[in-house]
Amino acid sequence: MKLDSKIPDGPLAEKWTNYKASQDLVNPANKRKIDIIVVGTGLAGAGAAASLGELGFNVKIFCIQDSPRRAHSIAAQGGINATKNYPNDGDSIYRLFYDTVKGGDYRAREANVYRLAEVSSNIIDQCVAQGVPFARDYGGLLDNRSFGGAQVSRTFYARGQTGQQLLLGAYGALSKEIHKGSVELFTRREMLDLVVIDGKARGIITRNLINGKLEKYFGHAVVIATGGYGNAFFLSTMAMTSNGSAAWQVYKKGAFFGNPNFTQIHPTCIPVHGDYQSKLTLMSESLRNDGRIWVPKNKEDAEKIQKGELKPGGIKEEDRDYYLERRYPAFGNLVPRDVASRAAKERCDAGYGVGSTGLAVYLDFADAIKRLGKNVIEARYGNLFQMYEKIVDENPYETPMMIYPAIHYTMGGIWVDYELQTTIPGLFAAGEANFSDHGANRLGASALMQGLSDGYFVLPYTLQNYLADQIQVARIPTDHPEFEKTEKEITERQEKLMAVKGSQSVDGIHKKLGRIMWEYVGMGRNQEGLEKAIGMIRELRAEFWKDVRIPGRIDELNIELDKAMRVADFLELGELMAKDALDRKESCGGHFREEYQTPEGEALRDDENFTFVSAWEYQGDDKEPILHKEPLIYENIEVKQRDYK
Amino acid sequence: MDLTLKIWRQENAQARGKFETYKVTGISEDASFLEMLDILNESMVDKVQLPIAFDHDCREGICGMCSLYINGRPHGPDQGITVCQMHMRNFKDGSTIVIEPWRAKPFPVIKDLMIDRSAFDLIIQAGGYVSVHTGGVPDANSIPIKKEHAELAMDAAACIGCGACVATCKNASAMLFVSAKVSQMALLPQGKIEAARRVQKMVAEMDDLGFGNCTNTYACEAECPKDIKISNIARMNWQFLIAKVGAQKMNA
Ligand SMILES: Cc1cc2nc3c(=O)[nH]c(=O)nc-3n(C[C@H](O)[C@H](O)[C@H](O)COP(=O)(O)OP(=O)(O)OC[C@H]3O[C@@H](n4cnc5c(N)ncnc54)[C@H](O)[C@@H]3O)c2cc1C
Ligand code: SF4
Ligand code: FES
Repeated sequence: MKLDSKIPDGPLAEKWTNYKASQDLVNPANKRKIDIIVVGTGLAGAGAAASLGELGFNVKIFCIQDSPRRAHSIAAQGGINATKNYPNDGDSIYRLFYDTVKGGDYRAREANVYRLAEVSSNIIDQCVAQGVPFARDYGGLLDNRSFGGAQVSRTFYARGQTGQQLLLGAYGALSKEIHKGSVELFTRREMLDLVVIDGKARGIITRNLINGKLEKYFGHAVVIATGGYGNAFFLSTMAMTSNGSAAWQVYKKGAFFGNPNFTQIHPTCIPVHGDYQSKLTLMSESLRNDGRIWVPKNKEDAEKIQKGELKPGGIKEEDRDYYLERRYPAFGNLVPRDVASRAAKERCDAGYGVGSTGLAVYLDFADAIKRLGKNVIEARYGNLFQMYEKIVDENPYETPMMIYPAIHYTMGGIWVDYELQTTIPGLFAAGEANFSDHGANRLGASALMQGLSDGYFVLPYTLQNYLADQIQVARIPTDHPEFEKTEKEITERQEKLMAVKGSQSVDGIHKKLGRIMWEYVGMGRNQEGLEKAIGMIRELRAEFWKDVRIPGRIDELNIELDKAMRVADFLELGELMAKDALDRKESCGGHFREEYQTPEGEALRDDENFTFVSAWEYQGDDKEPILHKEPLIYENIEVKQRDYK
Repeated sequence: MDLTLKIWRQENAQARGKFETYKVTGISEDASFLEMLDILNESMVDKVQLPIAFDHDCREGICGMCSLYINGRPHGPDQGITVCQMHMRNFKDGSTIVIEPWRAKPFPVIKDLMIDRSAFDLIIQAGGYVSVHTGGVPDANSIPIKKEHAELAMDAAACIGCGACVATCKNASAMLFVSAKVSQMALLPQGKIEAARRVQKMVAEMDDLGFGNCTNTYACEAECPKDIKISNIARMNWQFLIAKVGAQKMNA
C-alpha cells in the first residue's frame, strides 16, 4: 500500500481555502441518513460530535468516564495558542506555523501545521461565544501570555484551568446537541475493536463497563479521538484510564501508526516519591517564566542534601549551578521542553540531583519574590503553589520547589492524511490520538489548539468529503457477519485473559513495563538499550499472558479486567515504540539517541536520511511490521538546526 | 501508618450493601488517599478477591470523577480539595476510617463506592450552555467584558461537577451546582441573551430528577472542593425571578 498524504495543490496559504471550495458536501436531506461514530469526548471528540450534530448528521459518542466532561482534556492547565496578534507584538499565521514546525524539529507536515495556525483564531472566537471565561485585562479585552519559550504572547488562558474551561465549552455544545437529539451519548463504554466491512470502517464494539456486556454500533464513518498513550510508561501526567487501546486496535485492523516513539517529557512535574505512586502531577510550565532552575555546583553539597543533612537555603549563591541559564544564555529557563528535560536528567545522572532520591532539581522563586513581591507571585501562581504544598508538604514561598521531568504527551499516533483520514477508508483520527501536527516535539499550549481545530474546524469538512459518496449505503445491521466475528474475537480474548489465573496483578505488570520504557525508551535512548528493551518487553508480554491474575467475571463490572485489556495493548505498543526509536538513527525533538549528539551534548538531526514520517503497518502478531516512509517536504520554511543558546 | 478501614461494599445497584472491615499496614504519609486504596486493592487481588470499585481518573482534583465520603464528609477532612488530592498525612496512625459512596437519591450506587451522576449531565443538557453553532461567531474581542465579571464568571465556572454539594445536603439539593453554571453564563454578555430560558429549563430539570430544595444550610459551600460560593444561588434565584416576571409581562 502506498502512502498518500493528499496534500492539496497550490500555495501553502491557499491550500485549505481551495480544499474547502472544491471538496464534496453532503446535502442536508441526506445528512440525516448518515451515522457517524465518535470515540472520545475530549476537545477533539466533543468538538467534532457537536459540530457534526449541528450539521444534521446522526452522531453517537462514547467515553470511558461517567460523563463527557471528565475527558482528560479537562486537566490541561496553561493555555491555548492562537494567532490573534492582539498584543500587536508581531504574531501572524506564518509565525505560528514557523514556530510549530521548528519546535517540532522539522518532523511535521507543513500543510497540516499551516492549516492549524490558520484556524487557530476561529477557535478563540468560538470559545468566547460559548461563554469560556478567558482571562481579561482592565479594558475588558482578552489577555495573553507568552508560553513555553515563544517570543510572542499568543497564549490565551483561563487561570490555571484552560483545558477545563475549553472542555466545558465543548461539553456545553455537545450537551446542546444531545438535547436536540442529533447526538446520542454513551458513557462508561470502552471501544475494544473496530469493525471493518469490505475494507471500510463500519462500526465499533464496546464493553459496557457497568455490566461487562459487549455492544455493537454501526457508523458510516468512525472517528477515533481517544487521546494519548503516555501511560505505556505507567507513570505519567495522564489520567488513570488514558490508554492506547483504540489506536492499537485500529492499527491491528490496518491503520498505520505514525512516529510511535515520539513522546514528550515535561520538565516541570512533581518528582516520584514512592513505588506505590499511581501518577505524576504536572506543575504548569508557566512557572518557568519566573522560577529559576538550579542544582548545587558541588557534588558533596548535593549528596548532603540527598541525605537530608543540608537544606537548599544553606547553599550559597556562588555554589549554585543555574544550568539552563549557563548552557542557554539566550533562552535560559525558557528553553523548549525537551531541552529542559534532558538538561535536568544530565545533572541528576551526573550526581548533582536533589531530594532524597537525587532525582529532582530546584525551581526557585526567591529572586522573583524579591523583585516582584510575594503578592504578584501569589496572584500568578497561587493555585499551583497551594497544590504543590498539598502534595509535597513544603511551602514553595519559603523553600524552592523540587521538580523532575515526566511523560506528558505523545506526538506519535495513528497516521492520518491531510483530511485526518487513516489508511482505512472511513476511519478518521483526531486530537492527541493522531500523529499529525507536532512533529518530534510539541510546543506548549498547542495540543488544545490542535484538538479543537480538528474537532470544530477540520473534521466537519473533511468527513463530508468522504461521506458524500456514502449516502447510498444503507445502515448495516449489527448482526452482519463481520460484527459477529469481531465480537467473537473480543470474547475469546477476554476469556483467554480470565483463564490465565496467574499470580501477578495487572498493575504489577504494568509497573514493570513502565520501568523498562522509562529506562530504555525514555529521555535518553541508545541502540543497545532499545534492543534490550524489545527483548524485555517480549518476555514481559509472555509473562503477562501466563501469569496475570484477574479476579471476578467477564459479565460484570470488573476494573481489573478493564485494566488488563489496556495493559495487554500497551505491552504490544511499547515494543513498537522501542522499534521505532531504534530505527530512527538520529536525535530530534523528544527523541534523543545518545549516539547522535553534538560535542556540546545537543541533539543531532540527520535531515538527509530522516526527514520523513515513520508509518508502521501491522503484519500479524508474530511478524515484523513494515515501515513506510512519508517524505517531509519543506517548501516554505528553511530547515535549520534548532539553537536556543 | 497502620489503619483500619470500614468500607461500603455493594455488589450492584440492586443488591443491599454493607460495611466490611479491612486492615492496611505500612502506609506512607506521603501516599495519597487513593493510592492507599490502590494498595488495599492490590492485596485483595493477591487473595483473588474482587477489589473495591471506586471512581477516579485525573487524580489531580480537576475531572470531578472521585467521590467518597470519608468519616461522613464528602472528599474527606481537608478543606478545598478533592479526595484524590488528599494525602495520608491528614490521618493519624492507628485510626479507623469509614469510607462510603455518596448518599443521595438522584445518585444511585452502581457498585461499592461508585455512583451514577448522569443526572448532572441531564441538567446541563436542559440548557447549561450558549446556543451557538460552530462557525460564524463574532471576533473574540468584539464584546469587551469587565474584568470583574470575567473573574466572577470564572469563579463559578471552576465547578468540577463532582456532586459533593448534593451529597452533603440533607435535602440532596443541586442548587450550588446548577447556580454555578447559571451564574457563569448570566455574568457574560454571550450568556445573558438566553438567561431566562436557561434558568427555567435547568431548574425544571433539576426538580424533575428528584433533587431537593435549598433550605440555606450552607453545607454545600463548606464542602465544595472548588470553593463555589453560595452567592451564586442568590444570583440564580434573582435570575429565576426576573425570568418569571418577564414571562408574566409577556403574557399580560
Ligand atoms: C496535566 C496536563 C496538562 C496539559 N496542559 C496543556 C496545556 O496547557 N496546553 C495544551 O495545549 N495542552 C496541554 N495538555 C495536553 C492536552 O490536554 C491534550 O493533549 C488534549 O487535551 C487531548 O485531547 P483529546 O481530545 O485528543 O483527548 P482526551 O481529552 O484525552 O480525551 C480522550 C477521550 O477518549 C475517551 N477514550 C479513550 N479511550 C477510549 C476507548 N477505548 N473507548 C471509548 N472512549 C475512549 C476518553 O474517555 C476521553 O473521553 C496537557 C496535558 C496534561 C496531561
Ligand atoms: S458546586 Fe462544588 S461541590 Fe458542587 S459539583 Fe460543583 S465543584 Fe462539586
Ligand atoms: S480523580 Fe479527578 S478530581 Fe479526583
